[in-house]
Amino acid sequence: MKVVLQDLTKKFPNRNKKDRTEVTAVNNFSFEIPDGKLIGLLGPSGCGKSTTLNLICGLQKPTSGKIFFGEDDVTDLPPENRGVGLVFQNYALYPHLTVKQNITFPLENLRGKEKMTKKEMADKALEIARLVQIDTLMDRKPSELSGGQQQRVAIARALVKMPRVLLLDEPLSNLDARLRLQTREEIKRIQRETKITTVFVTHDQDEAMSISDMIVVMKDGILQQIGKPQDVYDDPVNLFVAKFLGTPPISVFHGSVKNGQLYIGDTAVLDVPGVGDREVFAGIRPEGFVLDENGSLSCVLNGVEVMGRDISIISTHKQSLNTTIRSIISAENKVNTASENVRFSLKPSKVYIFDKATEERIRFPL
Amino acid sequence: MENNNRKGWLYLLPAMLFLGVFMVYPLVDVLIYSFEEGYNFASQTYTGVGLYNYSYVLHDPYFLQAVQNTFILVIITVPLSTGIALLISVGLSSIKPLRHLYQTVYFLPYVTNTLAVGLVFMILFKKTAYMDGLVNLILNFFGSASIDFIDGPYWAKMFVLCFYTIWVVMPFKILILTSALASVKEDYYSAARVDGTPKWRIFTKITLPMISPMLFYLIITGFIGAFKAYSDAVALFGTNLNAAEMNTIVGYVYDMLYGDSGGFPSYASAAAIILFAIVLTITCINLLVSKKHVHY
Repeated sequence: MKVVLQDLTKKFPNRNKKDRTEVTAVNNFSFEIPDGKLIGLLGPSGCGKSTTLNLICGLQKPTSGKIFFGEDDVTDLPPENRGVGLVFQNYALYPHLTVKQNITFPLENLRGKEKMTKKEMADKALEIARLVQIDTLMDRKPSELSGGQQQRVAIARALVKMPRVLLLDEPLSNLDARLRLQTREEIKRIQRETKITTVFVTHDQDEAMSISDMIVVMKDGILQQIGKPQDVYDDPVNLFVAKFLGTPPISVFHGSVKNGQLYIGDTAVLDVPGVGDREVFAGIRPEGFVLDENGSLSCVLNGVEVMGRDISIISTHKQSLNTTIRSIISAENKVNTASENVRFSLKPSKVYIFDKATEERIRFPL
Repeated sequence: MENNNRKGWLYLLPAMLFLGVFMVYPLVDVLIYSFEEGYNFASQTYTGVGLYNYSYVLHDPYFLQAVQNTFILVIITVPLSTGIALLISVGLSSIKPLRHLYQTVYFLPYVTNTLAVGLVFMILFKKTAYMDGLVNLILNFFGSASIDFIDGPYWAKMFVLCFYTIWVVMPFKILILTSALASVKEDYYSAARVDGTPKWRIFTKITLPMISPMLFYLIITGFIGAFKAYSDAVALFGTNLNAAEMNTIVGYVYDMLYGDSGGFPSYASAAAIILFAIVLTITCINLLVSKKHVHY
């Protein structure tokens, strides 16, 4: 089922009652989620991604705009008639019910033609439990499960009615690091097997990049960029997106463009043909630095971290916005740790320049 | 190890000392009194040891009246007050405007003095040769004859006593239940809504189990409190409760100790032990029932 959001806006009244201005959580949002894909809604805390999820789910009504599931306009439908499954951040499993009762709970609400017998419900619950691999835990209470198992139960409960759209609110934030890696693979697998259009919310770019078919980057309620994770990473539209994606983060420098050349400080570091003279921010991905004795960018060497496969050089530069610059280079390079400075040349495809005023990307031919 | 043990006991000493002196010792003492026949306060002597005190109390019509009154009071007021309190709390938590005002209003009886309120109730329900109380005026309006609720028939007096008891115990229950309802996380309701759960099913399958520990606490303390009722009856019917047929078990104990016919600590002790046995039995039954229905 494809999901289309059309000019979606959600405003909340201000908490401070004297202040009549409204808070806009989601601002004029339009995008289309293709059928059967896994979409990551990504952004910092408070950017409106959970609100967007609640709007799709129907727990909140949009101030304006429309939502379509396939061809159906569901904007005014209550959540139960939309055919959505929602997994809450804290799972919201009913603590007094067993795993089995939790999973069958949505089925027991079915009335009329859809009404199921006890046997059908039990079979259905078992089928879903097998899919998320908790079929051996059916008689336990949620408090007797680990975080990862609770997560699976929550997913099973959301899936048992075979929703048209599955929504996950920060699905991994309550898990420890190791479990998080495992569970995100699991979510990907379940999504692939069920082929249900899935939207999940996260503030962790690693998580979003690793499992999504597409990511939607948001900031302050405004959609910044939408696309395949690698495309968004390689081709950010503005400084915010560039800074938000990637670990270690992109290094940003104060710079300027003069005569078709990018200057950081007083040194020209890169040819940027066709860009007019102006003040810019220059962002360089960690893998965009090449260790080069004759390189144009000279930084003060702080330290070297060896990580086996590659090494990361930590340095500082007067023009840098980051406190330290982290660059990742292949471990085959030898770094003279005794020297005070380290010199880099730059890979043009990993250098992005942004207008200083608008922070929008300025493209240049490679 | 030995040293640690001694330290542990030392820490426990203050609590043990106070509990021992003020709880265990009096309890044991009452039990002993209840078996000492013809005990006399002044001379501190008794004539024999046996079950005569129990036999006397259990054959005393005043005591049987008190037991009957207490049981009626318990059976009527505990379920009614808890049920109405639950209804009001659910109502309170589902409205937004004026919620604080209503919460304050419902809590007022809790901070008002029992005897003062008793007086107000007496005036409300009274009927004298010269005038009728407000309740009787209303009854008259609907074409019914006046009823003397304070000095009249047994059922009328029992009605006032139950009404009054429910009115007095409800604020505390509402307070506890509204906070219990507020502590149920919004997410559970959202989850239920997404699954299309009907309102009634949300209430019985989610809300009730979630607040069941608090509800159970209220029922147990409600039972115990109602069994120990005394001051409410005094507030409405004065101190001569036997004459008004409105005595309670605790009232009987008090009368035996200090009332007009006072000076019978042995009978009082026997009655107190019987009350203790009743409360213990009911509480045990409550605990057994709760195992199935309360979810912690």
